[in-house]
Amino acid sequence: MTDKYDVAVIGGGPAGLAAAIAAERAGARVLLIEREARLGGILKQCVHDGFGLVRFGEKLAGPEYAERFLTQLRGTGVEVTPQTFVDEISPLKGPRADRVPPPTGFQLKLVSAKGMRNVRAKSVILATGCRERTARQVAIHGTRPAGIFTAGSAQYYTNILGQLPAKRCVILGSGDIGLIMARRLTLEGARVLGVYEAKPIPSGLPRNIAQCLHDFDIPLHLSKTVTRVFGHARLEAVEISDVDGVMRPIPGTQERVACDALILSVGLIPENELAEALGVALHPVTKGPVCDQNGMTSVPGVFSCGNAAHVNDLVDYVSESGETAGRAAAHYAMNNSQFTMNHYASLSVDDSFLYAMPQRIHLREPVDEITVFFRSREERGKTRFTARLGNEMILNKNYRQLRPPEMERLTVPLEGAELKPGDVIALEMEEMA
Amino acid sequence: MKELICISCPAGCRLEAEALENGEIRVSGNSCKRGLDFAMAEMTRPMRSLCSTVRTAFGDFPMLPVRTDREIPKSAIPEAMKLISGIVVEERIACGDVVSSLAPICEGNLIATSSGLISF
Ligand SMILES: Cc1cc2nc3c(=O)[nH]c(=O)nc-3n(C[C@H](O)[C@H](O)[C@H](O)COP(=O)(O)OP(=O)(O)OC[C@H]3O[C@@H](n4cnc5c(N)ncnc54)[C@H](O)[C@@H]3O)c2cc1C
Repeated sequence: MTDKYDVAVIGGGPAGLAAAIAAERAGARVLLIEREARLGGILKQCVHDGFGLVRFGEKLAGPEYAERFLTQLRGTGVEVTPQTFVDEISPLKGPRADRVPPPTGFQLKLVSAKGMRNVRAKSVILATGCRERTARQVAIHGTRPAGIFTAGSAQYYTNILGQLPAKRCVILGSGDIGLIMARRLTLEGARVLGVYEAKPIPSGLPRNIAQCLHDFDIPLHLSKTVTRVFGHARLEAVEISDVDGVMRPIPGTQERVACDALILSVGLIPENELAEALGVALHPVTKGPVCDQNGMTSVPGVFSCGNAAHVNDLVDYVSESGETAGRAAAHYAMNNSQFTMNHYASLSVDDSFLYAMPQRIHLREPVDEITVFFRSREERGKTRFTARLGNEMILNKNYRQLRPPEMERLTVPLEGAELKPGDVIALEMEEMA
Repeated sequence: MKELICISCPAGCRLEAEALENGEIRVSGNSCKRGLDFAMAEMTRPMRSLCSTVRTAFGDFPMLPVRTDREIPKSAIPEAMKLISGIVVEERIACGDVVSSLAPICEGNLIATSSGLISF
């Protein structure tokens, strides 16, 4: 077994699977590293359907969607190392001490049951997914009894272990995973007393409000939050309060709801410990790396895709970003000596955007078009989206409706724009009458 | 008049459906044919796909994810869940294989949505 690869992919979820397959197809020698025993990432526990509508035109269950990629992976020469953790990652020094990066490659220290192993790769793809915000990140008073879970851990207990984590529960946060779990726990015989959301609008998709809550008569309470938990060994009750316009609890509105579990669905954050260790610049809003159109981060040779780059709501786009990063990482591994830094144009957004991806455009190769993903900061009606370069209009597109939970994808044509380093493509939105 | 949210795709269009006196159903707010079909079914016989897990006899993969191979009547979901909770899979079957028929509850089969029993 060799210890030298072109591309090392870290994380075997949908992003990493797509990246590994694409990199190998592009001619690279690929190592796929996964810390769990099985590939598939979070999809393993997402037994509900709705995956793959964009890509396959079908409503697949999560594991079924992953299976499509696992089948492809088995037909490739990608080397997979499961139950392996990346303990350390560091850039190799360039051939001359006085040369600015790019590094010639990376050294990875892998730890598994079989022991320790050092490998080298010319480029690295971070496909480590995201993690959930936990009780520590929301302000709840009281003791810390058992019975407080994130929606993802409740999903793991129910769907992977077959153990129902609650009999009577309250869900805090109206994110999609919480809504999906409200239905799942109800189907398995638990009572979901209600979903409480501090914001005045739900953060999950309307269809999940309909098919997960309305179908099962589960109430959704907006502008309310959990302010206290009660119980010693096990949770016995939670205190619910109304909140004001800036999400502060209003004194005197408390009510006590008896329950044995509190399930938190209060948001996801990209997992970027390895990126930070590599000195990759992170974006203040996405909390993932600042990326170019190929998913390359601020450290040449380090790529990011899927939920590690920014939290996606559709797995179809996660796979797409994996493929883009996989192809680019393979290309980089085989041509990195020609890589030029500072050959970047950038994308800027006005205040009406929460964020847009990518944040910059690498210009070494001619760029015909780029795929842009964006989220609106607020819910808005008819909106005109424009992309301009200086005074020149590159694209405009009308949207009937934009909502922050729904990420929009569009292609911005750049053929003939003749982008130069330092150019800025400005993205703007304007509400129409 | 009934207000509905279409569940056919992530767009989640807001629909309005009205049963007219002549028996026809008038639908508005949909942006495609699927939305129309969804609203018609909601007014007559709501249909849903059902996803869950069944127990297996294998310690390395104790829960097998399953789904119905078609939409089933929403009213059949409680009975279907009862059926599902009684199943124990004793063979190492693959993704797409039939786990059980849904008869006599409704038409259709329960199929496996993971190959976790046969591969790692
Ligand atoms: C609980 C939960 C439920 C979700 N439900 C849905 C849903 O219903 N529909 C939907 O479209 N999206 C859902 N999402 C979003 C979902 O995460 C994405 O659609 C998609 O799974 C993201 O793919 P990924 O490959 O980026 O990340 P993941 O699927 O999370 O995969 C990341 C992989 O990297 C591995 N890994 C992480 N760090 C390391 C390391 N240091 N070394 C080795 N391996 C590592 C992990 O073990 C994991 O296998 C959900 C997310 C969460 C957290």
